[in-house]
Amino acid sequence: MRDLLNNKNFRWALAAVIVVVGIIVAVTDPVRFQILITSLSEGSFYALAALGIGLLFGVLRLVNFAYGDWVMLGGYALIVPSAAVTSTLLIGSFFPALVVICIVGFTIIIALLSEATVFRPLRNTTPPTMMIASFALGYVLQNLIIMIYGGRPKSAGIFPELLQSIDLAEGVSVPLLKIVTIGVTAILLILLTLFLHRTSVGVQMRAAAEDFRMARMLGVRANLVIAMAFVISGSLASFVSLLYVSQLGIMTFRMGTPIIVFAFIATVIGGMGSLVGSVVGGMVVGVSSVVLKNILPDSIRGFSDAFVFAIVIAILLARPQGLVPAKSASERV
Amino acid sequence: MIEANTPLMRFVREVWPLVLNGLILVAITAVLAGGNMKVPLTEGLIRVSIVVALYIFIGNSGILSFGHIAFMMIGAYATAWQTCCDYTRDLFFPGLPTYLLETTHPFIPAIILGGILAAFAALVSGFALMRLSGIAASIGTFALLMILYTVYLRWQTWTAGNSTVTGIPFDTTAWNALAFALITMLAAFLYSRSKFGLALRASREDEVAAKAAGVNVFRQRLIAFVISGFFAGVAGGFYGSFLGTITVPSFHLPLTFITLAMLVVGGMQSLSGAVIGTIAVTAFLQVLRIFETNGWIPSSSADMGLGVVLLLILIFRGSGITNNTEIFFPFKGNASGAGSIKRQS
Repeated sequence: MRDLLNNKNFRWALAAVIVVVGIIVAVTDPVRFQILITSLSEGSFYALAALGIGLLFGVLRLVNFAYGDWVMLGGYALIVPSAAVTSTLLIGSFFPALVVICIVGFTIIIALLSEATVFRPLRNTTPPTMMIASFALGYVLQNLIIMIYGGRPKSAGIFPELLQSIDLAEGVSVPLLKIVTIGVTAILLILLTLFLHRTSVGVQMRAAAEDFRMARMLGVRANLVIAMAFVISGSLASFVSLLYVSQLGIMTFRMGTPIIVFAFIATVIGGMGSLVGSVVGGMVVGVSSVVLKNILPDSIRGFSDAFVFAIVIAILLARPQGLVPAKSASERV
Repeated sequence: MIEANTPLMRFVREVWPLVLNGLILVAITAVLAGGNMKVPLTEGLIRVSIVVALYIFIGNSGILSFGHIAFMMIGAYATAWQTCCDYTRDLFFPGLPTYLLETTHPFIPAIILGGILAAFAALVSGFALMRLSGIAASIGTFALLMILYTVYLRWQTWTAGNSTVTGIPFDTTAWNALAFALITMLAAFLYSRSKFGLALRASREDEVAAKAAGVNVFRQRLIAFVISGFFAGVAGGFYGSFLGTITVPSFHLPLTFITLAMLVVGGMQSLSGAVIGTIAVTAFLQVLRIFETNGWIPSSSADMGLGVVLLLILIFRGSGITNNTEIFFPFKGNASGAGSIKRQS
């Protein structure tokens, strides 16, 4: 049995069968179809976040605790910097495509600044040191936002037209935002895959993720690859931020924390350093979170997060290296 | 005479880091205990215990743990269940078992039981987490913090959820906080000098080689995790009895960050680092908070300043103030005696 489970083709076939059966079960019933769409949407959201973290870990062995705070900064960039009780949209009031471009650009700049000031001097230290540094960076960013904007939650309603429900079929109506989330994630994944496999920089980044020192010896420029990794991670963070703010409409200085908790867990159970693993982990976390919220009885529904974590621990007990481990993850002696 | 190689001097050289750090703490307490700095002093001494408990695990295993504040929370609430508010306990914790609702334990047994509960939680969670590789284990402890936070927040009948629990008797004084800090330091010292500490440090330096030498890395990490969980839990009991009130949101990321910063600033891998880092960061924060209240720097910049200082220390002196070593007896002894001690860290 274990030999069969270790066979890669068998695992892919099993996963495909589970997914197809799940979809068939779901679409036959309106309520279940709605749960399917919602869980795919949550899974896509966490997959995006996990991808941003997994990419940096794969290339740099850097666990970036400041990722949630990049998301937070992307959100706060939408409003005018002030500590007033009500917030006025600044960038958020631009033409929608321009909003996206501005926020993506802003988050990329923040990511590159983080790289230049904090992570580049620490590039040759141990992963735990870089992890604490990212934790400290996140703390500094949070307190910076408190200083500028105050500690109260701020409201920011962008893309309100995305919140309307559309009817997909009989008795099934979902907010347009959920479908947009799935669509945006799919498009970004396709673009990222094309980038990593078809462009020169992408191939260099994959080489660096597999063996950094060897890649440098073969002519890959370290600064370029690392900068590109931060750029991509930052742009993924900005999409996460836009989707999050569209859905919730409220920003606090702690909004990044629940995102990165689930994103980290998704990365760990998917397999640290593996991009496919991050996406798989994100889907698992998102789907189980939504499904649990719907099937748990009312009295313990508040604990659904704890149940998701318990599932994560169960997966880790069975398979500590993650569901789809990266080839470079296991230490070669 | 000081440089002789007598058994007495060898013993002094051996325990010097513990003795020196203990004397520093006793001196600080003696100076400040009477005056108006009593509150920051007691809080600082409780933080010394927490940071030393963190050192027991992080310093010896090399794995960063973000979860110990959750053990502190477990200990604090366990102590509150046993000592708090005779007449209002069932208002705060309606779901507690009748035995706990009706009996009040004295201070010392209560906090020790709190520590045991925290150690049990460390044992159970360590079973799952300590098999992971270093970085994944750190993320696992982060997830553990979040799990316990969520559970304690939602389990309103046992923990009063978001509300503040008041009425815990003020049993913590500067002197018994000092005593506990010294006990924790003694435990950390004994652990790191024992064969368990040595085996764990071997796995920190080179995991594969340690495994090849016969070290059961999982078991050693679990032992350190449980011991540090116990002391963190007891420290949580002290913390609750110091403040008189506890609330679940106070045991979250800011406290995690401050205690980790204290350990890293001092030097992650040494006991002296834990103590000196706590003293340095506490003093630094006190000074900045005084600046804040006087309006010389904007509010909330004390915390930002701590983050910036931590980043600067990481960039320019990554092994912390003590450079990851202990403070050894300053007088050189016989070459054979002093050299063998210096090689331990």
